[in-house]
Amino acid sequence: MTHGSGVRRTIGVEGISRVEGEGSLRVEVRDGTVTDVALDIFEPPRYFEALLVGRHFTEAPDITARICGICPVAYQMSACAAMEDACGVAVDRRVQSLRRLLYCGEWIQSHALHIYLLHAPDFLGCADAVELAERDRGAVERGLDIKRTGNLVMSTVGGRAVHPVNVKVGGFYRAPDRDAVAALREPLARARDDALATVTWVSGFDFPDVVGDYRFVALRDPGRYPIEVGRPASSEGLDLSPAEFADLAVEEHVEHSTALHARLAGRDPYLTGPLARFALNAGVLPPVAFEAAAAAGLGQGCSNPFQSILVRSVELVFACDEALALVEAYEPPDPPATEVMPRPGVGTGVTEAPRGLLLHQYEIDADGTIVKARIMPPTSQNQLTIEADLRRVVERGLDLDDADLQWRCEQTVRNHDPCISCAAHFLDVSVVTT
Amino acid sequence: MTAPTETTTRPRPSLAVWKFASCDGCQLTLLDCEDDLLALTETVDIAHFTEMSRSTTAGPYDVSLVEGSITTPADAERIVEIRARSVVVVTIGACATAGGIQGLRNFAASGAYASTVYAHPEYIDALDTSAPISAHIDVDYELHGCPIDQGQLLEVLTATLAGRTPVIPGHPVCHECKSRGTVCLVVAESRACLGPVTRAGCGALCPAVGRGCFGCFGPADTTNTGSLASHLVDAGTAPVDVSRLFATFNASAPAFAKEAAAQGGPVSVSRTGPDGHEGGR
Repeated sequence: MTHGSGVRRTIGVEGISRVEGEGSLRVEVRDGTVTDVALDIFEPPRYFEALLVGRHFTEAPDITARICGICPVAYQMSACAAMEDACGVAVDRRVQSLRRLLYCGEWIQSHALHIYLLHAPDFLGCADAVELAERDRGAVERGLDIKRTGNLVMSTVGGRAVHPVNVKVGGFYRAPDRDAVAALREPLARARDDALATVTWVSGFDFPDVVGDYRFVALRDPGRYPIEVGRPASSEGLDLSPAEFADLAVEEHVEHSTALHARLAGRDPYLTGPLARFALNAGVLPPVAFEAAAAAGLGQGCSNPFQSILVRSVELVFACDEALALVEAYEPPDPPATEVMPRPGVGTGVTEAPRGLLLHQYEIDADGTIVKARIMPPTSQNQLTIEADLRRVVERGLDLDDADLQWRCEQTVRNHDPCISCAAHFLDVSVVTT
Repeated sequence: MTAPTETTTRPRPSLAVWKFASCDGCQLTLLDCEDDLLALTETVDIAHFTEMSRSTTAGPYDVSLVEGSITTPADAERIVEIRARSVVVVTIGACATAGGIQGLRNFAASGAYASTVYAHPEYIDALDTSAPISAHIDVDYELHGCPIDQGQLLEVLTATLAGRTPVIPGHPVCHECKSRGTVCLVVAESRACLGPVTRAGCGALCPAVGRGCFGCFGPADTTNTGSLASHLVDAGTAPVDVSRLFATFNASAPAFAKEAAAQGGPVSVSRTGPDGHEGGR
């Protein structure tokens, strides 16, 4: 240990950059031991669970999309799944495929954004993608090309890249015509090649040697990598229905950190997102993505949080490949939506947002009015694990000077692509006094 | 595109991007300018943009783009400081220009929302209202939409940097349906549509997929919401559903707030939320 007794260090970052939303972090070190870690959220609460009460069940997809501009499709899909569950409706197979295609578009744009604009600059010592472009313009342009293709999928299927307008409970307002969908083939094929180049590029980064002791939670969907449907599963062997998972996941509201922290009842924190999905589902990746993962040195799982960018790149290959397959097999659903009649009851929906599992649960009454709403975004589920990562990273990085250690801490938070805007409808300022 | 060598002799204008209560979608619209993003960063100096860069400068800024609404005492102070350090302030999106979807709290009993979401509402330091930026400071230009339109954003930035007035329409969405040849949903199918009173700019996306406009760009410059609302009710839409259409992403924009109230509000009066709190109003 390079610091002697009585030495006290405080690493503080006000305004963590290159994340979605606004948060800060504080780490206290005394005598070479980490004494306090806090990921604070100063994003103001927006009270979505309250403002949904009294609204019609058909409004939930559009209203909850506004929780997050980066992953609106995730909110729309979890809301639709929950409402269809409440009403006892199963949608048409072609609707399900079109939803999966739309969701692939969101994975592509969100993962490309995170890999190229938000996370890669850390590994290459750049403040941002602008500085990265000065050194390697080709790389940034490749990332922007991939991202553009993701947005193109979203606007073709959803009508708009941010807050798509074509999604409704039961399906879509209008099925895109065959020509419009077929036109996605060429850009998606190019994006898949670019995604493979991304895996190669990222696998050359220098990864800090840190291994997390994670409890992974992700969906499982027999024979397929999970996106818009599946059963919550854990690395300890849990296999639950969405409703059972909702009962088991408990959120706590504690003083000084008004973040609601999610735990699986009576147990330690858990992690959702790319690392969890990959650990629980690598075996069902399509060959092109599985081989890219193997070539990059990823086995059947990965517990180095800094390599999440590598797993995210593999998922980018998967999402492009999957979208291509869905485009090839596209049959316009007719009608574009199943009619959904309300009935009193509770419904639960879980889907895989780019940054992790997103749960919606609603109680509605006989005329379809929302009586109660519960939304559990990935970032509130991951927050305790991110804090544990920070503790681990600081303990191993005490020989770094303050500026480097601070940057390493920021990078540690960005490993999990936190969406603070998502989490913040629960959260308020949490102040840690030193 | 300006070559980097030219910019060293002529300082580039500085651009700052700020976030208040919002979803990040309008800032993302800037990052979504994939074709123009690198050109933009060579034309302007990105002086503060937390979502994009870990480097920041203290200002002053030639242009500040502001996303989100004011919902906490701390944010009410922060926006005043940003105004003081900015030559031009442009607000972007429904949250910044009208209070956003979180503005629905403005119609609820004080404290009701916090106690619905939080076990310990006493920990929460938030205002009872969600206010547009213009309620707190002078704003030079407002760009509407939930989210904003990328073409309009580039037009406002270009015009502001060139010192001219942005060319942004104030007419309703109906013009855009006519120009793209979309059959009118209100006339032909008696569907509920806010196109006649909603500001153009999206390109009439919703009617193009067979869905009535839900007003995400907020009120047009001149509106007759009462006439539209009574027509929609006469054509078979329940008043509560007309009210809900007006009371979403621009619920606190005066023209929409007035009409939502005139139709009885977006939530049945008898409705109460969990723990006995009033629901959405």
